[in-house]
Amino acid sequence: MDWLADAARSLNEATGITLTYLYDGYDGGRFLEGIVNTVLLSLACLSASLVIGVVGAFARGAKSAAVRWLVGGYTELFRNTPPLVQMYFLFFGVGALLPTVQNRWGFEEPMLGAWAWAIISLSFFAGAFNVEIFRSGIEAVPRATVEAAESLGYTRLQIYLHVVLPLAFRVCLPALNNNLVNLVKTTTLAYAIAVPELLYMSNQIWSDSLNVPEMMVTLLLLYVGLVGVLVWAMHRWEQAMRIPGFGRSAA
Amino acid sequence: MSAGRTGEVVVSLRDVRKSFGDVEVLRGVSFDVRRGEVVCVIGPSGSGKSTLIRCVNGLAKVNGGSITVMGREVNDPRLDVLALRRSVGMVFQQYNLFPHRTALQNVMMAQVTVLKRPKAEAERVARALIAKVKLEGKEDAYPGELSGGQQQRVAIARSLAMNPEVMLFDEVTAALDPETVKEVLNTIRQLAADGMTCILVTHEMGFAREVADHIYFTDRGVIVEHGPPASFFAEASDPRTREFLGQIL
Ligand SMILES: Nc1ncnc2c1ncn2[C@@H]1O[C@H](COP(=O)(O)OP(=O)(O)O)[C@@H](O)[C@H]1O
Ligand SMILES: [Mg+2]
Repeated sequence: MDWLADAARSLNEATGITLTYLYDGYDGGRFLEGIVNTVLLSLACLSASLVIGVVGAFARGAKSAAVRWLVGGYTELFRNTPPLVQMYFLFFGVGALLPTVQNRWGFEEPMLGAWAWAIISLSFFAGAFNVEIFRSGIEAVPRATVEAAESLGYTRLQIYLHVVLPLAFRVCLPALNNNLVNLVKTTTLAYAIAVPELLYMSNQIWSDSLNVPEMMVTLLLLYVGLVGVLVWAMHRWEQAMRIPGFGRSAA
Repeated sequence: MSAGRTGEVVVSLRDVRKSFGDVEVLRGVSFDVRRGEVVCVIGPSGSGKSTLIRCVNGLAKVNGGSITVMGREVNDPRLDVLALRRSVGMVFQQYNLFPHRTALQNVMMAQVTVLKRPKAEAERVARALIAKVKLEGKEDAYPGELSGGQQQRVAIARSLAMNPEVMLFDEVTAALDPETVKEVLNTIRQLAADGMTCILVTHEMGFAREVADHIYFTDRGVIVEHGPPASFFAEASDPRTREFLGQIL
């Protein structure tokens, strides 16, 4: 990659455009760390929010009214409040209530750090939407198909896992797609509680290297790339889940 | 045709009542089905035939009376409803296959998930049943790639894979093209010949006359008349039966 560093250096000398992360080892390291952390944060939140969506949608159909009410309350709360407020509430509010633990140097520190709270709050935020998305998919599964499984002696959980969820998934993939793209974009909020993700690290770079416009353009293009990768992966997934002959009118 | 109606009672209904809201759909239905018998239920649309057989596997809850399957009381709140459903096969008018699974998988799934059969054995059973319903070569087709008649035969194989004590058929040819009705009726005919106990709701009078051991005519939630096919079709005397048969034959 030396040619890239050389090119960036020449660009700087010729035009004054400063892409330090391409030739300055220290900035390069911070920049890469930011990218890696954003990818990790996104993957963690994507998986956790999907689990929340699947479990929450199942619980919304529970026999117990208390469980249904709890899940309903959760989705309403997290869908109708700003994600930054949620993150602050969890990090500064709930986080302060938790007991502290001793770290390995003998200092007291909060039980959960910024990373954990970022993952928790973003997963709950996106998960609330996923619950509703899966629920609408579940409602699209014909009652008759469920009855066929009931007639074969399936339990409610088995029906959910083997019949309802696979069919609901296919119905709600476009909506899920949107929400997950939204989640990747929203990971930048972790900046606010000092998680060293891409935006945070870029801020460090532009503060030191005074290349604000360059970093803004870089950030924008990088997120286009990241979201592009996600959209591509979701599209592949959609293709893989396609059922031959499905959606054709009944014979 | 098994005359005399002897043998172990598999399904027994006694004064079964069922209401939806204020509307009483079943108003005291009683009959027995013995091992190896084929019983046909006929009657005008809306007379409660589907409701009746849905009560037998607990898809619908009865409000009064008693239904027993192999001596198990379906109406008992402590009943293991999953065990009941494993012993009762049900085939629907609209087939209701799992659209995201191939024909072979449709026949295998419940064996593995519900009966906990090893995959290899489930596959062997499924392939044999698919051959039995004459669908060799269609194992890997998805329901959406099959004709209605083919889907219905997969649905029958899917139920048979659970080794039920009794099979329930709810107007299983009503949604089919005339050409494919015959394929499905042949499959059921074969089952009946093999000695499978069947309760069949049907509008195919010729078929009922041929395969049934006993025919029940229902109207507005009661059994109006019943008998073995020969006497039923020749001697049915109730005006409601005569009118129904007059319309349909
Ligand atoms: N889930 C239900 N809720 C309310 N009414 C129902 C329901 N299922 C059936 N019914 C009513 O019960 C009556 C009998 O229906 P059904 O058993 O489907 O008759 P059949 O199969 O003989 O045509 C009909 O009047 C129907 O509208
Ligand atoms: Mg019906």
